[in-house]
Amino acid sequence: MSESKVKTLLEEPLRVVNIGLEGFAKELDQQGVKVIQVDWTPPAGGDTKLANLLSKLGT
Amino acid sequence: MSGVIVNEVRKGFYLDSVALMRFSRTIAGLEGIEEAALMMGTPANRRIMSDAGLLEDAGKAAEGGDLVIGIRAKDQKSADHALGESRALLDQPTAKDGDAAVWRPRTLRAAVKLAPESNLALISVPGDFAVAEARKAIRRGLHTMIFSDNVDIAEEAALKREAHELGCLVMGPDCGTAIINGTALAFANRVPRGDIGIVGASGTGTQEVSCLIAQYGSGVSHAIGVGGRDLKPEVGAISTLMAIDALDADPGTKHIVLVSKPPETEVAAKVLERIGESAKPATICFIGADESSMPANATQVFSLKDAARVACGMNDEDVKSADAGAAVSIQPGRSQVRGLFAGGTLCAEAQVIFKAADFPTISNAPIPGVPSLDKANGGHPMLDLGEDEYTQGKPHPMIDPSVRDDVIIEALKDEAVAVILADMVIGYGAHDDPAGYFAGILKEHGVEGGPLVIASVTGTEEDPQIRSIQMAKLEAAGVHVAPTNADAAAWALSAIRSNG
Repeated sequence: MSESKVKTLLEEPLRVVNIGLEGFAKELDQQGVKVIQVDWTPPAGGDTKLANLLSKLGT
Repeated sequence: MSGVIVNEVRKGFYLDSVALMRFSRTIAGLEGIEEAALMMGTPANRRIMSDAGLLEDAGKAAEGGDLVIGIRAKDQKSADHALGESRALLDQPTAKDGDAAVWRPRTLRAAVKLAPESNLALISVPGDFAVAEARKAIRRGLHTMIFSDNVDIAEEAALKREAHELGCLVMGPDCGTAIINGTALAFANRVPRGDIGIVGASGTGTQEVSCLIAQYGSGVSHAIGVGGRDLKPEVGAISTLMAIDALDADPGTKHIVLVSKPPETEVAAKVLERIGESAKPATICFIGADESSMPANATQVFSLKDAARVACGMNDEDVKSADAGAAVSIQPGRSQVRGLFAGGTLCAEAQVIFKAADFPTISNAPIPGVPSLDKANGGHPMLDLGEDEYTQGKPHPMIDPSVRDDVIIEALKDEAVAVILADMVIGYGAHDDPAGYFAGILKEHGVEGGPLVIASVTGTEEDPQIRSIQMAKLEAAGVHVAPTNADAAAWALSAIRSNG
């Protein structure tokens, strides 16, 4: 299964969600790639363990 | 450490690391300031600040979502002034604030809702949060590229196992370079499309190979980064195997190149077995590894240059350059080559070239068989200036070449140094003029009768910095510019041989 999904990534135009350094989004935009920048702040009030736990719980 | 330490913590205040590094440099450059850093208060960052003697109780109590200002000054007046300047920098309006018309989602979930066709998340948040964001991405069906480093290897392995189950590719953590379907991601170069696919566990290795493929007249289908630790036994090459599967199935890829540090035997066996199952020819570059048995469809090479050459179906003679090293003279009494590299794999490749010629090297990032810097006295030092000891709390030298100023100036003034060997890496993400910057340092600090300088430029004519312009700037500054990093190392060897 994994082959086909990654293979599909190689066949389709990239559409990127950028989380972090805005410069990466700007350079993708310059290349004509659809990119959406997340206005990210550390989740769970910056508690890394809680953030990790929340991501495992799917929130 | 002496001086007055001042901390201020801003609860729940986030700025990205590039902006904070810029501010940190501004504050550290103020009168009377010994050291300064503005960082998010993640555990990894607090350790860096603590090691730099910048934390007192207030800073120590900060959390990952807090911004910490740490200042060490020679006196209270300087510290207070720097704190005031720090506050002013943080309070200045950002472009984002001024751009109120553009609404931005605040979470990955909201972003995917807004753009449900998204297929890749590019993650460069602090390493302590990167896995959490990547997990959210793969669970929404997105492939991910994790630029962030400082991720626990057990977390990396767990994430990749889950991603594999979901059929999602995880490139990284610490993945600096990828080219997917013609799009350069993070630190990558504009190379022509072609039929050579690259799987790279090494960012600058992938850059050098892809740029040389372009230089040799061919092109790249995709360059899939996997992160520097993917071939460690703990991770088991999960992403590498998925990338090989994908390139094997990709009709646009006719040849597969794999670039990595030497993996341990069992991981290498697993990867090579998968390569052997493919009908496509492959080139394997485990940089620094000894010769080993390969599947029938694979050729082992020992340098990045040869990886590109073999993938392009060229002979040694086709890519031979006139050896400028043999024709130069170096100052009597000087015998050391000092390699000052921004690219880790370029540093490794120089060690490979020296080792093959039986010239001893030492390095802070040694390949197998080369002693580490602190364990040997002799040998030509090959320094990877992107390693943690040079970059903790600072930008990478590919982003900010001033990180290597001190070591370049030191080498220029050291009467033992016969040759300075350096790399310039251009492309997306990189500094906008590394050669111009380097030339400026040589002009300001170069000494009459000082070391010979040999360099190469990893990049292409289509890159924003334009390779030929970068080369011309180096040549104008008296630098001998080699066509590849491997040639630069070979020229340095010739220079000391012919003058020995």
